Amino acid sequence: MNIVVLLKQVPDTETKIRIGGDGKSIDTSDIRWIINPYDEYAVEAALRLKDSLGAKVTILSMGSERAVESIRTALAMGADQGVLVDDPATAGSDALGKAKVLAAALRSLEFDLIFCGHRAVDDDENQVGVMVAELMGLPHLGLAVSVEVEDGKVKMARPIEGARVTLEGKMPALVTFGGAHAIWNPRYASLPGIMKAKKKPLETKNLGDLGLSAADVGSQGAKVKVTSLELPAERQPGRKLEGETADKAKELVRLLHEEAKVI
Amino acid sequence: MAQGVCVITEFREGAFRRVSFEIASEGRRLADELGEPLCAIALGEGIGDLAADLGNYGVEKVYVVDKPNLKHYLAETYVPVAAALLITLEPKVILTPASVDGKDLSARLAARLGAGLATDCTELKVEGGSLKAKRPMYAGKVFAWYEWSQGSWPQIASCRPNVMTCLAPDTSKKAEAEKAEVEVPEGDQTRMISMEKDTGGKLDLTEAEIIVSGGRGMKGPENFAMLEELAKLLGAAVGASRSAVDSGWRPHADQVGQTGKVVTPNLYIACGISGAIQHLAGMSSSKYIVAVNKDPEAPIFSKADYGVVEDLFQFVPALIEEVKTLKSTC
Ligand SMILES: Cc1cc2nc3c(=O)[nH]c(=O)nc-3n(C[C@H](O)[C@H](O)[C@H](O)COP(=O)(O)OP(=O)(O)OC[C@H]3O[C@@H](n4cnc5c(N)ncnc54)[C@H](O)[C@@H]3O)c2cc1C
Ligand SMILES: Nc1ncnc2c1ncn2[C@@H]1O[C@H](COP(=O)(O)O)[C@@H](O)[C@H]1O
Repeated sequence: MNIVVLLKQVPDTETKIRIGGDGKSIDTSDIRWIINPYDEYAVEAALRLKDSLGAKVTILSMGSERAVESIRTALAMGADQGVLVDDPATAGSDALGKAKVLAAALRSLEFDLIFCGHRAVDDDENQVGVMVAELMGLPHLGLAVSVEVEDGKVKMARPIEGARVTLEGKMPALVTFGGAHAIWNPRYASLPGIMKAKKKPLETKNLGDLGLSAADVGSQGAKVKVTSLELPAERQPGRKLEGETADKAKELVRLLHEEAKVI
Repeated sequence: MAQGVCVITEFREGAFRRVSFEIASEGRRLADELGEPLCAIALGEGIGDLAADLGNYGVEKVYVVDKPNLKHYLAETYVPVAAALLITLEPKVILTPASVDGKDLSARLAARLGAGLATDCTELKVEGGSLKAKRPMYAGKVFAWYEWSQGSWPQIASCRPNVMTCLAPDTSKKAEAEKAEVEVPEGDQTRMISMEKDTGGKLDLTEAEIIVSGGRGMKGPENFAMLEELAKLLGAAVGASRSAVDSGWRPHADQVGQTGKVVTPNLYIACGISGAIQHLAGMSSSKYIVAVNKDPEAPIFSKADYGVVEDLFQFVPALIEEVKTLKSTC
């Protein structure tokens, strides 16, 4: 079985976001970069299938040379090979542009399953995986909190509002992963894993290699773009309630009822 | 020529989900700004006469496809039907809910129609006849304004539940409902094996108006009974920090934060939560925030409208009593 994991490198979740000089992108100086947490769950899910059923796991990422470090981390966790699409002409791509690039790269890879995060925790688009599935005519099973493979079918559970749904899809299929760290507990890269990762194949491609031109993707091809960023309004410093426990409780209920009018 | 606004509703288990009315209301506002009509697409099973009720929120016309195999959302049945309708309707603007299924549907449609999509929008406006959308990034650490490229139609936006103002329903207004003749594909790629409903009609965090949330300060799973009780009195949902989820005290679906649910209730009550940056990102856009924490230096207080520095095991029971008193008098 072949599994391709789409992996995006994103700023560490600890990052305090500052707006860059252009007013429409974030200031990336002093940022520590990590694997998108949901993509890390996807890597872990792929490696569990590799452990139980046997699989070749390929990491595919679109990004700058900096993303090599995140791909190597996934290889050190146990993935087999990496592909990085690095082309300055992809800058300014909207989600559909990114999906076109990734779909083009996938066409030259073998896969039975494509695993993604359900969202990248930088732009929070929630789109790229679904769009790749649409462009490639594949079923998409979204927001997986469990995954099993049997008889050419993939089965997964997903929480929706007020219910838990179990879905089954024919392979090849694309699965996006949700859930929480506690469910997936992504494995750490071991020291031997890190040594081995250095020798695993990692190929870099540009748009030309994928048969795409700059006009298809990047800011030229984008249907939608960010025109400005703004920080959320600073919350007014609130008040701390004083007095005995019962007085504070009484005052809080009064404030919520009469002042805030939310209860 | 692209014209008007079209909202794609969400119908489940015999009723429109509330977010459908929110996007209908928002669609009405945008249609008025454009000076163009507002229509809706309603897909599902057992919609019947309910379709006309979308008129209560300003929808003029509803295109209904009411079929047994649309009972549950599956991309392979919903997407071709919605896409076929949209290609003939040619709206300028399409609104969908940013619900679990709505996010899937909107991304599929955007790819199929070659359109631009802004996900999880919290504010929309029309400028120069074109849509502008505001949406959170980094779970709300920053907000971005999106614009569509010149002449790119349709412009698709999914709307975060609980944010867009829902009009007071005007029951005298009905929408014209038209049965749309569209073929529904059988769909053999994916199959729903089961749908287990959460017990006790549990409210989803993303749709709750009040959330009572607990963190590591709760000390153990059994103590969440206290928060459940408070939540029940308030009609609230119960959330948790990642520490509480990692400890196995709460289900993963209850995690609030940058790698959990991003929520915008009217009231968020954080009990025994320190306020790590990842947690704050997920709840800072709540209208009112209450923090209960025994450490006066806890960062959660910097976001709280009302802070209570106290042992939560003392304070929460007292709060429950006060809420009971309030509820019995009004
Ligand atoms: C990649 C990544 C993603 C993450 N994503 C998330 C996320 O989505 N959501 C999230 O929540 N976290 C997330 N975290 C974790 C986050 O960094 C914090 O570790 C976590 O939020 C802390 O949870 P807590 O506030 O419950 O626990 P703590 O930080 O341990 O705080 C417990 C608080 O309880 C108070 N307390 C203790 N006893 C009492 C008492 N008796 N009465 C009153 N107060 C009391 C203490 O004073 C303290 O402030 C993420 C971390 C990483 C690395
Ligand atoms: N640049 C990228 N390279 C590889 N995968 C990506 C990239 N951008 C997004 N993805 C995948 O698509 C998922 C959803 O991303 P998004 O739509 O940006 O929230 C991510 O979790 C990744 O699996």
